[in-house]
Amino acid sequence: MIKKRVVLIFPHEVVSQPVVYHLVKDYNLMINILRARVTPQEQGRLVVEISGSKKELEAGMRYLAELNIDIQSLARDIKWHENKCVHCTACIPHCPTDAILLDRDTMEVSFDKQKCIACELCIPACPYQAIEIVI
Amino acid sequence: MKTYEEINQKIRKGEAVVVTAEEIIDIVEKKGIKKAAKEVDVVTTGTFAPMCSSGAFINFKNSKPKIKAQKAWLNGVNAYAGLAASDIYIGATELSDEDLLNKVFPGSFKYGGGHVIEDLVAGKQIKLKAISYGTDCYPKKEIETVIDIKSINQAILTNPRNAYQNYNVAINKYSDRTIYTYMGILRPKIGNANYCSAGQLSPLLNDPFYKTIGIGTKIFLGGGEGFVYWEGTQHDPSVKRGTNGVVISPAGTIAVVGDLKGMSPEWLKGTSITGYGASLTVGIGIPIPILNEDIAKYTAVKDEDIYTQIIDYSKDYPNGINKSYGEVNYKQLRSGYIEVEGVKVPTGGLSSYEKAREVAEILKQRIKKGRFELTKPVKSLSSGE
Repeated sequence: MIKKRVVLIFPHEVVSQPVVYHLVKDYNLMINILRARVTPQEQGRLVVEISGSKKELEAGMRYLAELNIDIQSLARDIKWHENKCVHCTACIPHCPTDAILLDRDTMEVSFDKQKCIACELCIPACPYQAIEIVI
Repeated sequence: MKTYEEINQKIRKGEAVVVTAEEIIDIVEKKGIKKAAKEVDVVTTGTFAPMCSSGAFINFKNSKPKIKAQKAWLNGVNAYAGLAASDIYIGATELSDEDLLNKVFPGSFKYGGGHVIEDLVAGKQIKLKAISYGTDCYPKKEIETVIDIKSINQAILTNPRNAYQNYNVAINKYSDRTIYTYMGILRPKIGNANYCSAGQLSPLLNDPFYKTIGIGTKIFLGGGEGFVYWEGTQHDPSVKRGTNGVVISPAGTIAVVGDLKGMSPEWLKGTSITGYGASLTVGIGIPIPILNEDIAKYTAVKDEDIYTQIIDYSKDYPNGINKSYGEVNYKQLRSGYIEVEGVKVPTGGLSSYEKAREVAEILKQRIKKGRFELTKPVKSLSSGE
């Protein structure tokens, strides 16, 4: 059993297709949707956690690639610009997974990519545009 | 016990004992007030937070032929030109005419007056546009040119209200949607609580009765030097105080001024507050001379002894209703959670404690190295005493 968190970017023509249904039904994968939305450019953007056997996962990924769905690893998706962060902590109460962490002694903010689920709640909370979503 | 001149003589000789507002707490605890007041000469404070009542006067080199600027823009952001021909004022919260504001709610306010000031201080080139009606002595009716910090005659940071002595904790108690305020994003059902003060490091909380901070006090401002030029707008020393003399809600403020040409973009940051507007985050540090035991005692104030009020920003604040939903101290606020009406609520800050600490440390080093002397105020702020 392998677990993988990825960002799936759907091109305009695929947005209307039941892709997740096929991943479950045809490839026997477990899908946990962390976030889904259609961007202003009419692209679909789905953040998912996919689990299944190595073989099934690879087959599922091939299916997605054939549909021209761009598969990105989640960690690359949200960028924390350390040089722009002033450690004000305005983002702290909004992060649901503690990916943005505050050391209460040094009062310094840090970012753990592994814990980030790209929910984007921190982005409007930051007054310094220090957190960026890379599409 | 000590005078400004005695302390300055020590500073000149490199012999002054200078500690931060955090360090004095331990010193007083270990040695007692009496000994601490004798040994320590200066306590440095610091704060780094959005301060909307900020801006800069700019005098640009006039064109040939000359123009009497009537309306002006810097990088598209409106500047006030109702002054002499080539004087303009760029306010921190000012925006461009093209800004979408809150038309697509919540607006992002990516570039405003605060960002212009940051870019100017960073040495970047800024587009200046000005229009006028033309006069005999100032015939030109429009200019479009590029300025930078070096090419302008003066750039004077002039902030009518900074460094609030204490501030509210903001919650969203009544709205069923997330609200976007100058105190940040507040989720419904008291989903979070935001505060904005450096607490035990904050300048005016270390001098609660303004015994040393007054008109003429030299300060660390935006990385350079500045002065307190008046009490700030809304300065209100009459608010309720705890038994330690510390105010328990927003009270005193200061108006500050300084040469923008000596400042740094690290300590003057353009700020975008979602759904609210643009602002400028300002770094301020004020040295407090330990003239006597009373002053030493005030500087030893701790986060757990500084209280403030929990205020609702969904219904009460917008409607001018002055109601507190509880009193909390800064130790609780900085721990990450406070209790509001029996429920544990996560906290977020707008004032950077980490940067406040850095300001206090930089100011400490400047004084220790003899590069920063203290000034005695020429007039006190009204103290309510």
